[in-house]
Amino acid sequence: MAIGTTEVISTPATQSTGPWRTAWRDLRRNKVAIGSIIVLIVIFAACLAAPLYASQVMHLDAFTSNLDGTFTVGGVTGPVMESSTSGLGLGVNPIGPTWLWNNFFLGADNQGRDVMSRLLYGGRNSLVIGLVSAILCCALAGLIGIVSGYFGGGLDAVLSRGLDVLWAFPVYLLAICLSVVLINQSLTIGPITLNSGSIILPILIIGVIYVPYVARPIRGQVMSLREREFVQASVGAGATDGRLLRREILPNVLPTLIVFLPLMTAINMLTESALSFLSIGVQPPDASWGTIINDGVGLLYTRPMVAIAPGVMLAITAVALNLLGDGVRDALDPKARLRGAV
Amino acid sequence: MLRFALKRAVAAVLVLFAISVLVFLIFFATPGADPAARIAGRNASQETLAQVRESFGFDKPIPVQYALMMRHLFIDRDLTSFVNRGVEVIPQIKQAIPITLSLVIGAAIIWMFFGILMGVAATAGRGSAVDPLIMIIGVIGVSLPVYWLGEVVNLMTQSRLHDSLFSWVPPLGYAPLSDGVGPWASHLIMPWMTLAVLYAGIYARVLRSEMVGAMNEEYVRMARAKGISERRVLWRHAFRTSLIAIVSLFGLDFGALIGGAALLTEVVFGLQGVGKLTYDSLQNFDLPVILGCVMYAAFFVVLANFLVDLVYALLDPRVRHV
Amino acid sequence: MSEPLLDVRDLRVSFRTRNGKVAAVDGISFQVGDGEVVGLVGESGSGKSVSMLSVLRLIDNPNCVVEGEVLFKGRDLLTMSDAEMRKIRGDEIAMIFQDPMTALTPVYTAGWHISEQIRAHEKVSKQAAMDRAVQLLDSVGIPNAKERVNSYPHEFSGGMRQRVVIAMALSCSPSLLIADEPTTALDVTIQAQILELLQNLQSEFGSSIVLITHDMGVVSQVSDRVMVMYGGRLVESGPRRDVMRDPLHPYTWGLMGSIPPTDGTRAPRLATIPGAPISATDADRDRCLFAPRCRFASDSCRPTPPLVMHTPGHLDACVLPLVERPERRREALTPVEVTL
Repeated sequence: MAIGTTEVISTPATQSTGPWRTAWRDLRRNKVAIGSIIVLIVIFAACLAAPLYASQVMHLDAFTSNLDGTFTVGGVTGPVMESSTSGLGLGVNPIGPTWLWNNFFLGADNQGRDVMSRLLYGGRNSLVIGLVSAILCCALAGLIGIVSGYFGGGLDAVLSRGLDVLWAFPVYLLAICLSVVLINQSLTIGPITLNSGSIILPILIIGVIYVPYVARPIRGQVMSLREREFVQASVGAGATDGRLLRREILPNVLPTLIVFLPLMTAINMLTESALSFLSIGVQPPDASWGTIINDGVGLLYTRPMVAIAPGVMLAITAVALNLLGDGVRDALDPKARLRGAV
Repeated sequence: MLRFALKRAVAAVLVLFAISVLVFLIFFATPGADPAARIAGRNASQETLAQVRESFGFDKPIPVQYALMMRHLFIDRDLTSFVNRGVEVIPQIKQAIPITLSLVIGAAIIWMFFGILMGVAATAGRGSAVDPLIMIIGVIGVSLPVYWLGEVVNLMTQSRLHDSLFSWVPPLGYAPLSDGVGPWASHLIMPWMTLAVLYAGIYARVLRSEMVGAMNEEYVRMARAKGISERRVLWRHAFRTSLIAIVSLFGLDFGALIGGAALLTEVVFGLQGVGKLTYDSLQNFDLPVILGCVMYAAFFVVLANFLVDLVYALLDPRVRHV
Repeated sequence: MSEPLLDVRDLRVSFRTRNGKVAAVDGISFQVGDGEVVGLVGESGSGKSVSMLSVLRLIDNPNCVVEGEVLFKGRDLLTMSDAEMRKIRGDEIAMIFQDPMTALTPVYTAGWHISEQIRAHEKVSKQAAMDRAVQLLDSVGIPNAKERVNSYPHEFSGGMRQRVVIAMALSCSPSLLIADEPTTALDVTIQAQILELLQNLQSEFGSSIVLITHDMGVVSQVSDRVMVMYGGRLVESGPRRDVMRDPLHPYTWGLMGSIPPTDGTRAPRLATIPGAPISATDADRDRCLFAPRCRFASDSCRPTPPLVMHTPGHLDACVLPLVERPERRREALTPVEVTL
């Protein structure tokens, strides 16, 4: 029964928003995620401005020793390393936080250097290492996961065993082993030589050790995608491997990787800080939040701010990254959307 | 079932073997590595280096060195340290085990208790302020660097509040059970809490995520249609289904920790456990000890994986037939 | 006439969304008597499932607003306390859902599930409950009930699992069983078995059944009465024979016409209802909601036509004169070439 009416029968085709647009819209509406992004941008910008702060505000280099330095507050000048008044009164202590924006805000460390400037400089390394290693990890894991899950067979067997062995090696131990060995001499692969102080080493190490963590779920996802009807349909229509990978597999794997990115950045930052704390991550004269905490341990009971501040920064950054990761996952996961929506 | 176990056992041995080779290669075969130089020190003379090489057998081909070391470790069981000559590796590890066990088991009880409590409470309170509040605490727990937290705890208990609130906290270190439960526990309470903070956060988040997912499943709606109480739905249906994921995760984490993954906590609190032993040996390039510790740790990781697979089958009937 | 078992009066279910209030169920009223099987028909989105879910207050969405009265044995279910509601669920009113694959918590056996329901309402021992579970599984036609009672949900086939769910639903001898598309997820052959099972159990236990479906074939097989829903409203309601033989509402004509005839000459083309079901967010509700798709629509279709009883027991909501209906129906059933 085709019923004709005076009104329009066919419903007009509405422009449906694609999955990326919908995800972005959902993310925008998520106040917590937006707040996290803002916090991260502020931290990032502040660390980026580290040289500016050191030269324009403090007028002090953050890396050279400043044991004989002085500082001026309210017209009164005093030494940065003052005589210790606690205990037996022996030795010197750096000054504590002045809480003055432009004058040893957080005090000085055991070399008389401005803690605030070093905090900003250290943040650069921590953020860069965390982010770049996370990108490296996700990219590698994506590649391995897709290849392994899609082609299956012998290739999959070899890659999976390799991942199993890599993952069975306790993660921190592996990181420490590799770091201990590589940090003390340079690594030469073919024509490329990485000096022992290069931060590329921690980036590589941390990026690689977490690959199994991400690659396994990707592999699982690709394997189940391969069996799904829409892929079978494409195969039936004569699609080549390349086309399938580009059109069907990759667009479905990409959201998973994107969800992993903030999470892995947080994990990697914390791992790098642990390695640096153990003196096998970022090497002096470079600094990262982990190395500053390590510096601060010696001053823990007298000038705790040196150790506390970088930890607080790490915590804030990691919290923001975790919350952002949650928000991204909620925005990209269609099931989550169905649950929350009407 | 037996075939399954046998297959897994063989695979496990192969994995352990591969790890041992990997460790060996890392320390002996990295481009630019010279184990003799490491042991003899940076500015050693050529004669010293040659002597070191000979006495440690570094002049033999690598596979031979590997085979010798493995034989000493597993068959003769008399593997000795490079750094403290004459001290055997296995007794060193054995000594460290009870300390790590004390730390990990205590922390595990605490974190599971709080993690489960927080996860279930957040699920029950979803839609209200309770849920995000608990989850924020969880996120913070996950984001605090564990070694930093340990140092802050030390700051509070050993220095700042040592004369008031925390006067009962003993100095850093370990007291064996033979000294009495009181001293043993009081030395461990702070490390327990510190380690538990991180893991409680993880488990609270995972549990909440699993349980909220379960609460949205059809079978929960069906359960409600049966007329059972909301509390029963929460525990007997949602929690029970989520238990699978939690127990699997716990098995893996516990296995890793027993193997020495708590090394940061041990270092910060001065506990001479397996983790601290591993760390010290890594600092000194004491390869036999490193090898022993890594083998020990890897063994537990592999064992934990194996046990988790078994427990998974126990908890989830759907897996049993595969 | 004795008091009806279920008396729904002006039930309205709406959801608060970002774009305003959306009406899923727009004021329906009906009754279910003792021992009656009522078929509730409509396409996806007609509000049939939502209406029955809200009868049992099983919608777990904080943005859901339920208004009206739902009288069960004289008591209003919508104003009851949670505790009282729990007593009724599973014991006096039971509900089974569409997808047997996901209806049972996978970690517990069939016997455990049935036992849980029994022990939630009656003070019996675990063993006694298990024994009853075995009996129930047997009565729904599951072979080897004694062993199967210890099987897990994934160990049953789809049809068997639905039988388990039915056994569970009937375990406390409810006066009313609500079946939400019980056969939709099953093979056609199994479908017939399940429907037959429901019929047998209904006559054996004496419960009333509200059978929700989109399939007119299912309805014609088992119902005593039929109610047709469209856009959250009731458009036709009456005894099965009357509605199937002489449907009055153009929408019902469309539903009937879409069943391929099994006798007579093969139709060159199956009749369809053009257009799409009305969207719940469509704000223009002050008219017959089917009008945009109805060829006989006119200005009298505004405002909303009320449900009117034309012949005894047979109601519908269309303004077309009664005498014209048979002819209009014939017209409607003739496929017409339409160029879009």
